[in-house]
Amino acid sequence: MWHDVWLVCRKDLRIEARTRVTLNHVAPFVLTVVMLFAFALDADTTLLRRATGGLFWVTVLFAANAIAQRSASVDRPDGLPDALRLSNLSPAGMFLGKTLSLFLQLTATELVLAVAMVLMYDVRLRGIALILASIPLGTLAIAAVGSVYGPLAAGLQGRESILPLLMLPALAPVLLAATNAFGVAFGTTVGPGWRWVVMLGMLGAIYVAAGTATSAALLEET
Amino acid sequence: MPLDPVIQLHGAVALLGQFPVLAGVDLEVGDGERVLLRGPNGAGKTSLLRTCAGLIPVSSGSATVLGHDLRADRRSVRPLVGLMAHTTGLYDELTAADNVRFWAEACRVDPADAAGAMDRVGLATRLRTVPVNRLSTGQRRRVSLAAMIVRRPRLWLLDEPHAGLDTVGRDLVDRLIGDAAAAGATVLFASHDLERADAVADRTVSIVGGAVAEDTGPRPADRTGADDVA
Amino acid sequence: MTDQTSAAPAGTADTAKPVAMSTSSRGTKALGLLTLVSAVFTILYSFWFSKADVELGNTVRILYVHVPTVSIAYLCMLVNAGASAFYLWKRTAFPDLLAAATGEIGVLLLGLTILAGMMWGKPTWGTFWEWGDPRLTSTLLLFLMYLGYVTVRNIPAPRSARNTRSAVIGIISALLIYPVKMSTEWWGSLHQGRTISAPGASKIHGAQEFALYSGFLTFMLFAAWLTIHRFRVGWLQDQADATELDAVIADRRAEAGAEQFGLGEVH
Repeated sequence: MWHDVWLVCRKDLRIEARTRVTLNHVAPFVLTVVMLFAFALDADTTLLRRATGGLFWVTVLFAANAIAQRSASVDRPDGLPDALRLSNLSPAGMFLGKTLSLFLQLTATELVLAVAMVLMYDVRLRGIALILASIPLGTLAIAAVGSVYGPLAAGLQGRESILPLLMLPALAPVLLAATNAFGVAFGTTVGPGWRWVVMLGMLGAIYVAAGTATSAALLEET
Repeated sequence: MPLDPVIQLHGAVALLGQFPVLAGVDLEVGDGERVLLRGPNGAGKTSLLRTCAGLIPVSSGSATVLGHDLRADRRSVRPLVGLMAHTTGLYDELTAADNVRFWAEACRVDPADAAGAMDRVGLATRLRTVPVNRLSTGQRRRVSLAAMIVRRPRLWLLDEPHAGLDTVGRDLVDRLIGDAAAAGATVLFASHDLERADAVADRTVSIVGGAVAEDTGPRPADRTGADDVA
Repeated sequence: MTDQTSAAPAGTADTAKPVAMSTSSRGTKALGLLTLVSAVFTILYSFWFSKADVELGNTVRILYVHVPTVSIAYLCMLVNAGASAFYLWKRTAFPDLLAAATGEIGVLLLGLTILAGMMWGKPTWGTFWEWGDPRLTSTLLLFLMYLGYVTVRNIPAPRSARNTRSAVIGIISALLIYPVKMSTEWWGSLHQGRTISAPGASKIHGAQEFALYSGFLTFMLFAAWLTIHRFRVGWLQDQADATELDAVIADRRAEAGAEQFGLGEVH
């Protein structure tokens, strides 16, 4: 199965390398959002700095919606669903491979976003350990949800609006936990920060397990 | 038939939603046969091919392909067959070589075999590093063929393999079908190019209304593809 | 409850099965009657026989709706998850229809919970919404998740595709119930929000206690009654779509000899 995970992930990343959708579309989108938040909050630096955690993760969620949709649409045309069913790839391996590929693309996006926010919101980085722990866990959870709901929505009418309707409420607990972890790191929130990290880990585990368990059923129904 | 039949369908009914695409098919195909499926549009040729590939569930009757009972578990037969449909089954943004290697690995075949497969379909070396969306229809079909033959399926299911190909391409398909049968694979193909298909096939089965209307029967002794049709 | 007129499937008028015309039965009529009786009791006890709470005043009466609706909603969500999982395993119609029914009714009850909560909030807090209240926020989240379930359930799509997808959504949403509760509680505690809490067991007695239990019973019966009807509506819809298989097969085979124009290959 791990062979399949890596094979599918490489295939997705190779397609991304050829088409550069994440690089050319999502990265500028993310920078635009950073700017829009500044306009919306009237460039109040104190406010922006306090809200950094939340704004970061909300932007990540929007970017994840776009990347997940793109990732799912790659496998839809030209009889590819049938070809994938006929291959020896395990459904769980395909799900995990897509999750890994989404994870990597999201992480790259977050890097761009983080740099932009640090520079433009004049963020003072603190609590690095907490931040570095919560980012991969939160991103994994988001990637897993994107890999389940992305293909699920891709087969339906109105897929562009169905995906956010499904993904965003399911990811709201991730947003809560990740934002609060960041908040504790930056000192804008009180309380134990590490319990939020534990919650992120738990959420990630639930999403990955659920996605793996339902992968075979969903593969038949595209 | 000296060996177990590769395909055994008795009264097979296959449903897509509520519609019986196969409405009681009786068919036995032996090892190494080359069977032509003919019939009008909508008769169920594509559905028969896809059912044998384990993609469409069989709801009644019996269906066994390569020893696997399709009613019990149709997924187990899939890695053993090769299906070439109207669609390419290729990733447009990847090159021909990337595609064939991916599908080889996805079917647990050594990706180094990809080069050999592309040689056999006569895909020029300079085209192998071109993204599939920049290839012509005929070239794409060759890549699809390569992706299929690299996995060395025991049962070939071809849905109008001659479509979109020039004469050279069609000759190639005929040659590959012949080679496959000679190597012990079984070939079931649908074609509207009846003249050419009759020459290649041992046997012709007519499908109408989701069932077998006529069957010329197996000609096991005749492997050179004589062109008399019952 | 509903009278379903069944449209005979086209082309098979003479072989159409007789389809039930209504989803009500003696059982549901009895259940409906029980619900009404229970509702009357609840209303009487909520508004008449029980007194205003010492601390909460008259607003406690809203809790006799708010608390039961959220509890029964959780029950619906759990049944939905179980039925969805069973459907993915066995692929039979019953669990699928049960999941659809409980999913919709769960959404309805969650919506009622939110409304009741807001009604309680205005006189108590002065605002309709209090983000620090974990029950309100968690209910809102779950409401949105199950709204997604119902939306996908109603998108036109081949039946098994639609059923499988919604089953997956139902299972994932139910798995999130606990994390949602936990995270909204942690979050709420940070904001020191005032919460809607049911009168503690030690504090309510007599008529108030009876009103609360009566509320539970009423909504339980109501949810059961709705579920049965909704299940049957779904069943009838499936029956109306399912044509006589033998007749359709015969039609299909009769295509032999008939010219088929422009049908294209059936994939």
